Amino acid sequence: MERITTAPRTVLVWRKRSLPLTTVGLLLASLPMLAYLLLPLLALIARVNPATLVAQFANPEISQALGLSFTTTACSTLLGLVCGTPLAYLLARGRFPGRSLLDTLIELPMVLPPSVAGIALLITFGRRGLVGAQLNEAGLSVAFTTLAVVLAQTFVAAPFYIKTAVAGFAGVERELEYAAATDGASPWQVFTRITLPLAGPVLLGGLVMSWARALGEFGATIIFAGNFPGRTQTMPLAIYLGFEMNLDLALSLALIMLALSFFILWLVKAILRQRVSAT
Amino acid sequence: MRRSPVVFALLLTLLLAACGGAPAAQSPTSPPAPTVAPTVVPTVAAPTASTDAPTTEATTTAPAGTTLNVFAAASLTDAFKALAPAFEAAHPGVTLVFNFAGAQQLATQINEGAPADVFASANRAQMDVLIASGKVISATAHTFVRNRLVVITPKANPAGITSLKDLAKPGLKLILAAKAVPVGQYALAFLAKASALPEYTDSFSATVLANVVSYEDNVRSVLTKIALGEGDAGIVYTTDAATQADKVAEIAIPDTLNVIATYPIAPLADSKATALAQAFVDYVLAPEAQQVLVKYGFISETGAAPGIVPTAKPTEVK
Repeated sequence: MERITTAPRTVLVWRKRSLPLTTVGLLLASLPMLAYLLLPLLALIARVNPATLVAQFANPEISQALGLSFTTTACSTLLGLVCGTPLAYLLARGRFPGRSLLDTLIELPMVLPPSVAGIALLITFGRRGLVGAQLNEAGLSVAFTTLAVVLAQTFVAAPFYIKTAVAGFAGVERELEYAAATDGASPWQVFTRITLPLAGPVLLGGLVMSWARALGEFGATIIFAGNFPGRTQTMPLAIYLGFEMNLDLALSLALIMLALSFFILWLVKAILRQRVSAT
Repeated sequence: MRRSPVVFALLLTLLLAACGGAPAAQSPTSPPAPTVAPTVVPTVAAPTASTDAPTTEATTTAPAGTTLNVFAAASLTDAFKALAPAFEAAHPGVTLVFNFAGAQQLATQINEGAPADVFASANRAQMDVLIASGKVISATAHTFVRNRLVVITPKANPAGITSLKDLAKPGLKLILAAKAVPVGQYALAFLAKASALPEYTDSFSATVLANVVSYEDNVRSVLTKIALGEGDAGIVYTTDAATQADKVAEIAIPDTLNVIATYPIAPLADSKATALAQAFVDYVLAPEAQQVLVKYGFISETGAAPGIVPTAKPTEVK
């Protein structure tokens, strides 16, 4: 765990040597970006009427959207973890032709506009789609279902986990794995006892990233899964439709989502910090 | 130093997350819908030209480089694009910038300060929203066209829908516009009207609505998804159905059940180019433009159209 323990020390050294002036300068240079990131959030908080906000919690559409957002993002994050980890390990350890091509392909959903992902998914899994036509014959209809929401989220969010996990696995010293193998550990034991624990914090960070991306997913969802309260209407869709119907409602929803996202991100970071300091 | 690639990758991921997240917020929800300009961009990019325009202009001849921002309902997309060249030719130096979206979305944008000169809505409700906020003066709003609803199915009609009653068949995949969208409201009104008739049952509306798989956020999304064959039936305006005549089949809704949508247009009270905005409204109400609108399937408000009693002059909203 040398990698982690050295990091805070470097920061300390830098702090001791740096002049206060440099810190002040750095702070001033950081201000525009900080302000830019924080002002819209403050504007949102300032515009929300507390009474409307409280009333929203009793609104069944809101609780439906919230519940749906959390169950679907949990599913898509889990799907990314289960199916993405082997792929990440392969990319981190494997040396094979076309590796860099594969790597780029995985990055593609990260840069594509989500609407492109939505159209692509619809013409793949829609009932006239490349795969969807067969699935439809077999009696499985994907588009406009909760499953479609999970698929849309996984498509755009899983690459964030995979990319981070590749870096996490690559950061684990191969010598440690070799040593364990020499001592008689099976490949599975090496992976679960050595590689996974060492890469763990990075993998968790990647999972949080992909979860956050899934929670915000809008474009692919509305195109591929459509908008139906309780079935496919996640929080971002409810906020968008709310924006057109009732701005107060949309603002309250936005604030609820903001607060919950902040709380969960912060919680995960706190857990990570605790784990790091414990080692 | 094994650390650096990890840190770098994390940073890169964060960066990509930021880039990937941003378009989601403003991504047009129906990219297949042919819009002249994205919903968000022109409202930000266009104002410079229109604010620069001298406020003293009394005639419709505008100085070179004047931009007129027209916020129009998504269902007007094709017709208004066809109207633009003639207006621009009659007013040298004027460029029309259209912002097509759901009328409800446009009304919200305008109330939040988006620089619009003209607003053309697909229902009175959204015009009333702007009248209530003082953005539009009631007397300046005129109905310029009417539109009617039609049920559409994919050309292949996989569910075998041949009559309006078939919409209640269990297991259909029906796609409607959301309640927030005018056409979504009209569709609900049509279903309610039908339910009240003896030949349909009381439960007609509820049974049909149980088949809905998605409430789309604008009429063109409904059209595209039906044209793609992803839904069995949808309810749109006849004008929309006409744009995809090769991909969708129509089932007419009789006049007794149909909800005739009224489209009001008005200059914005705080427009920087008031005279020009009024000129565009007048142009849309004039016979030449009305003919173009009729060609796109609208029912003319000022001239004759099949099946509709012509009114002598534009009806005033309210």
